[in-house]
Amino acid sequence: MVAIKDLPEEEYVLEGNAACPGCPITIALRTVLKALGKDTIMTVPASCSAVIQSLYPKTSFAVPTLNIAFEAAAASASGIEAALHAQGKDDVTVLAWAGDGGSYDIGLQALSGALERGTNFIYVCYNNQMYSNTGVQRSGATPYGAWTTTTWTGKKERQKNLAEIAMAHNIPYVATASIAYPTDLYRKAKKAKEIKGPKYMEIIAPCPPGWRFDMSKTVEMAKLAVETGAWLMYEFENGKLTFNGPSKGIVEGSREPKPVEDWLKMQGRFRNLTEEDIQKIKRDLKEGWEFYRKKSQLF
Amino acid sequence: MKVIDTANNIAALAAKMARPKVISAYPITPQTTIVEKLAQYVESGELKSEFIRVESEHSAMASCIGAEATGVRTFTATSSHGLLLMHEMLHWAALARLPIVMVNINRAIGPGWSIWSDCNDSVAQRDTGWLQFYCSSNQEVFDTVIQAYRVAEHKDVQLPVMINYDGFILSHTSMPAEIPSQEEIDSFLPEYSPEWKLDTDNPITHGNIIGPEYYMEVRYDMHMSQQKAKKVIKDVDREWAEKFGRSYGGLIEKYRCDDADTVIVSYGAMGAEAHASVDELRKRGEKVGLARLRVFRPFPKEEMKEIAENSELIVIDRNISPGMEGAMATEIKATVGTNIKQFIAGLGGRDVTYRDIVRMYELAKENKDGWYSVEVE
Amino acid sequence: MKTTISYPTKEAMGKTGSWRVFRPVLHEDKCIKCWMCWVFCPESAIRKEEFPKIDYDFCKGCGVCANECPVNAIEMRREEK
Repeated sequence: MVAIKDLPEEEYVLEGNAACPGCPITIALRTVLKALGKDTIMTVPASCSAVIQSLYPKTSFAVPTLNIAFEAAAASASGIEAALHAQGKDDVTVLAWAGDGGSYDIGLQALSGALERGTNFIYVCYNNQMYSNTGVQRSGATPYGAWTTTTWTGKKERQKNLAEIAMAHNIPYVATASIAYPTDLYRKAKKAKEIKGPKYMEIIAPCPPGWRFDMSKTVEMAKLAVETGAWLMYEFENGKLTFNGPSKGIVEGSREPKPVEDWLKMQGRFRNLTEEDIQKIKRDLKEGWEFYRKKSQLF
Repeated sequence: MKVIDTANNIAALAAKMARPKVISAYPITPQTTIVEKLAQYVESGELKSEFIRVESEHSAMASCIGAEATGVRTFTATSSHGLLLMHEMLHWAALARLPIVMVNINRAIGPGWSIWSDCNDSVAQRDTGWLQFYCSSNQEVFDTVIQAYRVAEHKDVQLPVMINYDGFILSHTSMPAEIPSQEEIDSFLPEYSPEWKLDTDNPITHGNIIGPEYYMEVRYDMHMSQQKAKKVIKDVDREWAEKFGRSYGGLIEKYRCDDADTVIVSYGAMGAEAHASVDELRKRGEKVGLARLRVFRPFPKEEMKEIAENSELIVIDRNISPGMEGAMATEIKATVGTNIKQFIAGLGGRDVTYRDIVRMYELAKENKDGWYSVEVE
Repeated sequence: MKTTISYPTKEAMGKTGSWRVFRPVLHEDKCIKCWMCWVFCPESAIRKEEFPKIDYDFCKGCGVCANECPVNAIEMRREEK
């Protein structure tokens, strides 16, 4: 694995942009674009990433970028890819860069369509587990118990598992990552670039104003999500499921995860959880690890 | 080459001859035979194009936007509910100034499900920034698809074009059409050269946040391009006539209007049918003409004014803006004044024969108008 | 033809360093050059020179660098008016 010091120095997210201080999205995008390089065309639906670019006639993104309607990122990527192919420019990487709202919810149909029809692109869902851009509303990725401005007393339902849905499309590569593990993220993006066909990646992206934690803790929060097993890092490649970093031991049962309370209690959005809620969250997490333990034995 | 075929097959043939690099479409009755035919062309190798078999019309337009923004000519086709689902992306395509060409088969909107013709689908897209053509014969469908690319891609226009024609009345009805050779089409329609594109050597961002200090100018430019499109449409129609011997009058096709004291205004298949009504009424000694609106956006204000100077107008709409009136009637009244007769007819595919149009003329002369076959008659 | 085409520009939102309340200060004597601060900076405001070089024109003062520094070589100091 490449060392941090050896990551490319090129920056495609320029300084002086409109991201909030401590934003996880720019951390993720910086690393992903370092892996993909300048020959990348990006499509971005309505999301925080549309704001981060800053205002017309300037942009803080240094790769060609198409802004597109909320539900349309994957479909626009199909068009970009087809046009590149028609012009013999198969060396250009097409990246759809969307949030969880645009992926789990409103953009799910277009995403499924593009995965199924074999579009040669990388779809990255940076998952901050809510609609951050519109001011913290519940999404299909919001976890059980989380406060949002549309779930004032905590979300009553569990999040869905979009990476599983992506895997069900029999695509060549699915990977989950965390901004706290940049070399792992870099390696995965680099691998995705080399694989032909649809690639789905999901990156946990803790949002300070949305999750209610101090902006200096963005990376710590993303690390703790992995260490507690609240977020699993894995790759699904050629039918083989591999867990990475601390997730490997947690799923295999050889590593004791940190107590999930450590992660929950750092976030204001979980302030009103009852002991019962925490027990339920723990049961759900265990169930998830068990599911993946069995699944990784199957594949 | 002379062919006898349906408007859909002829539209697919025209699309093929325009050599789009990317086609993206989703099936919907009565458009389906277009996508079937295009898929055949692509799979047989007759047409070198990427065919994206999308999962919805919204994605059809989104992928056309993505492709066109990456610098290639595109084509799509839809109808009715499919067009309605596209609505958001229609605005997007126009504001992004992407000269996408789309065929829309006019079909009524549900519920209840109706697969028959009316124009509420396309009229509901009036303000999206798309140019809108309405065709009245299979020949015109062919000619307009080719012309549409020339108009859309013209540097003074740079806007998408929607070509409309009636479901089944045209889409599935065989009529003869003269088809130029591929060489002739190629010389009329050169390769697409985009005004802007996503290019890794020149990394621009398109469509990020725009403040109030810039937004109006973008809209103004689009509006002015619609205005400029009027001349471009007329020029292209004239050039087509010189090359291929067929003209559709540019924005409005006039028939026996010169000495007419009354002019029937309609469009699409009803516009074709009205020729026979005019002939019938002329036989009776009535000084009647026909103005068939070929283009709804940009709206041909000047031409309409000229027609109204010497004639009274009877406008027949195949659409309704509930709570107001037919959309064409509204535009025409805004242009020439309120002293017109106006009918709503043919919604949901209700038959409008030349006799019905003659009857509407008679009713107008009795100072009656309204919903034909519902309120009047 | 006018559409919303934007060009890549540093300081598209101006000098975002003015957003800062706390200023990260690197103590070079402690720095082990692990480059964690560089890779995690959400602003691309830390450059790789001999030591990490913080660009105060753009650093928004989030403190991620200080929080992630494994040897506490970065100190957050309140900006003075």
